[in-house]
Amino acid sequence: MFRLETRPEASEAMRYWSPAIAVALTLAGGMVIFAALGKNPVEGFRVFFVSPMRDLNGIAELLLKATPLMLIAVGLAVGFRANVWNIGAEGQFLMGAVGATGVALAFKGASAVVLLPSMIVAGAIGGALWAAIPAVLKTRFNANEILTSLMLVYIAQLGVSWLVFGPWKDPAGFNFPQTETFEDAALLPMLIEGTRLNLAFVVALAALAGGYVFMAKSFVGFKMRVAGESEAAARYAGFSAVAMVWIGMLVGGAAAGIAGMAEVAGPAGQLTDKLSSGYGFAAIIVAFVGRLNPIGIFFASLLMALLYIGGEQAQQYLSLPSSISKVFQGMLLFFLLGSDVLIQYRLRRVVRAHKVA
Amino acid sequence: MEQIITSMLFATIVAGTPLIITALGELVTEKSGVLNLGAEGIMAVGAVAGFAVAHDSGSTTAGVFAGMAAGAAMSLIFAVVTLTLMANQVASGLALSIFGVGLSAFIGKPYESETMLAVPPIRIPLLADIPIVGPALFEQQSLVYLSWALLAGVSWFLYRSRWGLVLRAVGESPTSAHSIGYPVIRIRYLATIFGGAMAGIGGAFLSVFYTPLWVEGMVAGRGWIALALVVFATWRPLRVLVGAYLFGGVMITQLFLQGSGAQIDIPSQFLTSLPYWATIVVLVVISRNLQTIRLNSPVSLGQPYRPE
Repeated sequence: MFRLETRPEASEAMRYWSPAIAVALTLAGGMVIFAALGKNPVEGFRVFFVSPMRDLNGIAELLLKATPLMLIAVGLAVGFRANVWNIGAEGQFLMGAVGATGVALAFKGASAVVLLPSMIVAGAIGGALWAAIPAVLKTRFNANEILTSLMLVYIAQLGVSWLVFGPWKDPAGFNFPQTETFEDAALLPMLIEGTRLNLAFVVALAALAGGYVFMAKSFVGFKMRVAGESEAAARYAGFSAVAMVWIGMLVGGAAAGIAGMAEVAGPAGQLTDKLSSGYGFAAIIVAFVGRLNPIGIFFASLLMALLYIGGEQAQQYLSLPSSISKVFQGMLLFFLLGSDVLIQYRLRRVVRAHKVA
Repeated sequence: MEQIITSMLFATIVAGTPLIITALGELVTEKSGVLNLGAEGIMAVGAVAGFAVAHDSGSTTAGVFAGMAAGAAMSLIFAVVTLTLMANQVASGLALSIFGVGLSAFIGKPYESETMLAVPPIRIPLLADIPIVGPALFEQQSLVYLSWALLAGVSWFLYRSRWGLVLRAVGESPTSAHSIGYPVIRIRYLATIFGGAMAGIGGAFLSVFYTPLWVEGMVAGRGWIALALVVFATWRPLRVLVGAYLFGGVMITQLFLQGSGAQIDIPSQFLTSLPYWATIVVLVVISRNLQTIRLNSPVSLGQPYRPE
């Protein structure tokens, strides 16, 4: 028998080992699932985790998928550190996409130098405004931000659906629920010729750097960390809880909104009713697996992007539903939360022999 | 006119039923001090398990039991992670929701275009003959009656039985409950699994009785609405029922408006979003009075506990 025993001090090393353990367990769990579905586990592993990275194009696709996850997760991490639970990034992502699309459709013929920055700003504002609703409701009325921000996801999805079925529907689009495709000036320039990797990746890297400076070096970031670790200490030090909620929500919303802009001005090239593949929710996992730390988030978003693409590959080559990637994503987070017990506790072998008396 | 009132009332009760079952289960879980935010994922897995088994076996009862078992299994994962491994309950609940929604999509793929015959309602003689409300209340699905029995059972258990008192004590102060010898962790395990089983039945009701079919994403936020209902009800069972029917009413009214063909110039998407707006409004109205929430919510809700 094993027993959990409190460590005299929380283990710093385990804080970093725990995600590695979780990844290993997810891989093992994945093999078991493949075997249970009657697929060769080694072949499954290869299709899922190796073949997406076979060439330059594969790697570019991986970075492209990781871009929105990075952006959203680093924004969410700011709030999560202060226990501000913004769960509605998916909705903020969509509203950012709406803002950017509005600008792209309204200013046709404008030059890219003006248009793209305006679209980024509009995306950030769209996301931040959508996140401001739960922030107001939390700070003024004490309404739980988890539930309100989530409800707003459903409302945003319906709002996008209304736009693309109604006022913004492409008149020449054969009645498909989508806007006109954007003009070239409203599309993000490509980074590598012949791939779809675009400038948003650089923006995401900048956001990670900005997030690092904010969280690790700024006074506000410090205050938020204190608030997250001990509410009482934060109150005693006179840090405003209302300000924490606002900063956490607005930063998360703006980042998600920019990710939404990057999607419509990037791989999608237009607004449709199927814009997001659950990036807003996947980014929550990325934030946790990345330990709410920008460097960790970078690697975690690559891993999650790999799971996304692996799911598509599994559909193509193993005829498994692509939703298998969501199963893996969920497993990863569970294993992480479970392994985290080893930060505060350690396993001790309990010997029962001495009980003889 | 009478016909319309009866059918709207009938539909309202049907729409409210999965919310009642799920929210009452969550209420028991929360009363023991455990906050399980996974209801959405549990309902999704319960729905797909219920539909798959009911479809393959031809027995709706088997479907409901499958939903229940799937829900219990899902919440067991949550219980192990939060109660034994002491992980953060908020994060673990979110994980359960994300995992459950993904898992249900994965399992449900082969059933996407399958259909099933609608289950005929059970008519209670005499009572069903009452004009207007009779057919709406007493010619209903078995699970509608179950939801009422569950309300009575949960109310009795929490406020009239000894173990209900113990469960509430565990939720208020696990330390005291532990010090007088009650197995806090075991009680929390049972309360969490009960909540999961109920959410599983709530999900199975959707796919086996309500639609009856399986579509990815069909739970459509009902798990989250059930969580909001528990807050709205200030953790009291009877108010869960009232709240669930209010929500059922909102859902049905918007469907009715969309289906009536009335020349109203409101986009259907706006009408569909009404229940979500209603959830937000209700949360705001209840939560703005901090005192009510503080007095009624279980004191240790969401706090990990480890007996030393």
